[in-house]
Amino acid sequence: MANELPGHGGDATVNDGLGGVVSDWSADRQTFPVPWGKAMMWIFLLSDTFIFGSFLTSYMTVRMTTTVPWPNASEVFALTIAGNHVPLLLIAIMTFVLITSSGTMALAVNYGYRRDKKKTAMLMLATAALGATFVGMQAFEWTKLIVEEGVRPWGNPMGAAQFGSTFFMITGFHGLHVSAGVVYLLVVARRVMNGFYDRKGTYETVEVTGLYWHFVDLVWVFIFAFFYLW
Amino acid sequence: MAYVAIADRDDPHAMHHPKSFVTRYIWSQDHKVIAIQYSLIAIAVGLVALVLSGMMRLQLGFPDTFSFIDPADYYQFITMHGMIMVIYLLTALLLGGFGNYLIPLMVGARDMVFPYMNMLSVWVYLLAVIVLMASFFVPGGPTGAGWTLYPPQAISEGTPGASWGIILMLLSLAIFIVAFTMGGLNYVTTVLQARCRGMTLMRMPLSVWGIFMATVLGLLAFPALFVSAVMMALDSLIGTSFFMPAIVSLGETSSHEGGSPILFQHLFWFFGHPEVYIVALPAFGIVSDLLSTHARKNIFGYRMMVWAIIAIGGLSFVVWAHHMYVSGMNPYFGFFFATTTLIIAVPTAIKVYNWILTLWRGDIHLTVPMLFSIGFIFTFIHGGLTGLFLGNVVVDVPLSDTYFVVGHFHMVMGVSPILVIFGAIYHWYPKITGKMYNDFLGKAHFWLTLLGTYSIYLPMHYLGILGVPRRYFAMGTTDFIPESAQAMNAGITISAIIVAVVQVIFIVNMIWSYFKGKDAGGNPWRATTLEWQTPQTPPEHGNWGEKLPVVYRWAYDYSVPGAKEDFIPQNEPPEPGVVAGREHGVEHT
Repeated sequence: MANELPGHGGDATVNDGLGGVVSDWSADRQTFPVPWGKAMMWIFLLSDTFIFGSFLTSYMTVRMTTTVPWPNASEVFALTIAGNHVPLLLIAIMTFVLITSSGTMALAVNYGYRRDKKKTAMLMLATAALGATFVGMQAFEWTKLIVEEGVRPWGNPMGAAQFGSTFFMITGFHGLHVSAGVVYLLVVARRVMNGFYDRKGTYETVEVTGLYWHFVDLVWVFIFAFFYLW
Repeated sequence: MAYVAIADRDDPHAMHHPKSFVTRYIWSQDHKVIAIQYSLIAIAVGLVALVLSGMMRLQLGFPDTFSFIDPADYYQFITMHGMIMVIYLLTALLLGGFGNYLIPLMVGARDMVFPYMNMLSVWVYLLAVIVLMASFFVPGGPTGAGWTLYPPQAISEGTPGASWGIILMLLSLAIFIVAFTMGGLNYVTTVLQARCRGMTLMRMPLSVWGIFMATVLGLLAFPALFVSAVMMALDSLIGTSFFMPAIVSLGETSSHEGGSPILFQHLFWFFGHPEVYIVALPAFGIVSDLLSTHARKNIFGYRMMVWAIIAIGGLSFVVWAHHMYVSGMNPYFGFFFATTTLIIAVPTAIKVYNWILTLWRGDIHLTVPMLFSIGFIFTFIHGGLTGLFLGNVVVDVPLSDTYFVVGHFHMVMGVSPILVIFGAIYHWYPKITGKMYNDFLGKAHFWLTLLGTYSIYLPMHYLGILGVPRRYFAMGTTDFIPESAQAMNAGITISAIIVAVVQVIFIVNMIWSYFKGKDAGGNPWRATTLEWQTPQTPPEHGNWGEKLPVVYRWAYDYSVPGAKEDFIPQNEPPEPGVVAGREHGVEHT
């Protein structure tokens, strides 16, 4: 019988390396020894990667094909503080905030697996707060660009019209992802607090939420590099 | 603590069994009901597209006869016909319909992994259809940009539906993509993570393989369409210039500048070419199972069939610009994409050979599903070979935008998958309803449809070689087109109307048999796959009763020498001393 039914079986032996890949893909019942929700989140993030990939490729294409000069990022995105012109200051802080939120999220996942309800929930709330801070700073950045610099989606005084359109579209789409993530975190944190996952017997949803959050964070690194450093 | 696979936790009580009519048939979370909902919506909207094509044919066959079709209407019919058929009918029916019905039954699961999300998927799909249909009733009517929606003309003044129609089209596509993603995540996760005991990936029926790979393609290709829809909507609504260059039209300069229309074409076809295989791969998979079952013979080269599906899926992402040879892109790209296009013909040809070798010396039963499957092999070889013509740059350039192209893709992407869909409906109808349809009506439907579609699309190749351009409202008098071309067009129109009317036979047969048909029994085709081994027909909610099935063999143990019957179901345990089947061509005893 044993050779008729290959698979993870009850013994849950996990092979490492290439042998593990082969045994995963030749298994019955499930290909990856992970819960359904986690598998689905990974597949969704793969699909979402293609959305951001298409957005960023389109941005690079229009930036290369437009005949009007592209505005200088380090000047457009500079803050003037006490008379000093500091390039990329706001973005540096925003990036720092978002990366920090990935750290608190990772801690939350860790405490989730230790069934520490209170610490998990607090760390998730901290993550949500950092995320909300990020979105708030993005709103400040947009306001400054629109009101002070006169950047509009259809044009701007500094150069190519596509600067504004790609910037608002892509950072806006990313900001929507962060905002949705904040709501997602709050919902899951609430369920952590009221013991929903204790009754369910697993804290895997915290980790699934974490996957989404780290992804949104990772995407920001690319947006940051392509918009602000190029 | 040992980890127990979720699919293995035998607990039918965890399912929320529906209690009322509304939760059983309307807000249902049962994958089988959702599949039927998907299919009925898709077929309904497909009938709209069929009527639109009939109107187009009336105009082409008998120009200056029908006063209710003006050039703007004609373009709107083209656009809506193409978009509805490709996305809202074929994609939705093959993945939302057959995917939903077959995946859990064929892999031995109780349902999709997230039934609630699955239910949302069908209702969001319905919303997308409603938004699309609403564009017929807004000022200016639906968009007339052609189904490829190329900018700048799609959103420029003067194109029918350039203000309202195109926005509703883009909105509807975005909603459709959301619906597809919710369903698609379910299909992929179910195939990967929720199979029954013994069901390895290399024991799955090819139907599941085809649907699985097509869904993966969809999840990776639809994002490009989503992004281009967002960008075009922004261009149209708030005046950005992603796709819109500066244009001088009627002496007025547009407010756009610096956009790249070719970028849209790249994004669109990065979606559009995998889309061809999103439709084709489920059809490939399903037809493999139909041929094997009705020829009472194992599929030839199962492993090669699986790898061909995977290879086609991978390659389909690197052939997209063969739709753009005349777009003005760099000619070196043409060389690259012609090469990849010819490479993708190799795994496709492997599949065709294997279908034919499956039939070779088989015990062929000319049932209705088998007729449709054999018809598919003909139309697919035909459409595939003309695809090789169009894949080569030098041949494509003169044939571009002629009826040769129309003939080609209707053969390969219209008729072929539709024949498989009909075959599949006839094949699984007894399982879905428990009733058998009228065999004579089914065969009449097959012959009239096959011969009718051939008489529509075969002459189109000839028209294309003559140089008759596609998408023209009327030819007028053109020097290089002989007058006989018009006679041929009239003939095509008559065939098209006959084929359209013949579909009534199908619908009548389906409805009549549902109420008056003979009981079919649980396994009328004596098939091996799991969906035919359910305790009830049609299967109840939860599919398998108390115990999940256990699989001991591949899906193709037909006519195994020495076996009691000419088929061995997948869940039949091996008995000592009896031939155990010949999985992957290796005889097990």
